[in-house]
Amino acid sequence: MPDLIAKSALEGRSLALGGVTLAEVDPGPITSIALYPGGTKTAAKGLRTLGLAMPGPNSFIEKKGARIVWTGREQAFLIGVAPPAIEGAALTDQSDGWAVLALSGVAAVEVLARLVPVDLRLAACPVGTALRTQVNHMNAVILRTGDYGFEILVFRSMARTAWHEIENAMHMVQARAGTKI
Amino acid sequence: MRLTCPLCGERDRREFYYYGAEDYLHRPSEGAPLSEWDSYLHLRDNVAGVVRDLWYHEAGCAQWLVVTRNTVTHEISGVELVAERAK
Repeated sequence: MPDLIAKSALEGRSLALGGVTLAEVDPGPITSIALYPGGTKTAAKGLRTLGLAMPGPNSFIEKKGARIVWTGREQAFLIGVAPPAIEGAALTDQSDGWAVLALSGVAAVEVLARLVPVDLRLAACPVGTALRTQVNHMNAVILRTGDYGFEILVFRSMARTAWHEIENAMHMVQARAGTKI
Repeated sequence: MRLTCPLCGERDRREFYYYGAEDYLHRPSEGAPLSEWDSYLHLRDNVAGVVRDLWYHEAGCAQWLVVTRNTVTHEISGVELVAERAK
């Protein structure tokens, strides 16, 4: 087998505008864990080896570089580590299917407010929240990773579109920052 | 209009897709008379009042939902997961 070179969707680019930084991040392996009927207990046992559990709706859990993200009813994404042996769930490798963008800065929440139909202010969306929603018309998973930080998972095929949408919104927020209403 | 998804919480209308009456959940059994199939496929009440509809949370958790709403007052009185409803 030839030695294939893994390439990220956006070649690791980054952009800083008006105190907000947008950057592609390499999340490592992404594995979907979808529970079989009645598989809750055995899957929990498998995840315990990483110190993790299936997360509740709209949340993610992080431990030693491993992250588990709620992505639907009885379904989660394990990100950043190779999956352990897990019984009672279907595991599928999703690593190549997603692009991950990190958006950080005090005004990051204002940038996303232009694109996302959910209240992302800290009071409504504390650190540790994971939402399945839209970035404009694109389906996305949005993680609240810090008081001023988000990570946005989009389908890899939509990576450049997502970048374009967010970059536009960053320009708007930057332009607005200098004006008095 | 906003719907409160049992999993995702209160979300904007644009995240959802409307399918039709709840009747689609009550598929006639095999060998049912034609009149039942006719009713299942084609006959709907046009109610001024409380109706139960199927909605799909396509931009969220991808679950089918039964939404109880009032066509007169636009009040939404219930949203349930189809997957977890009492059979």
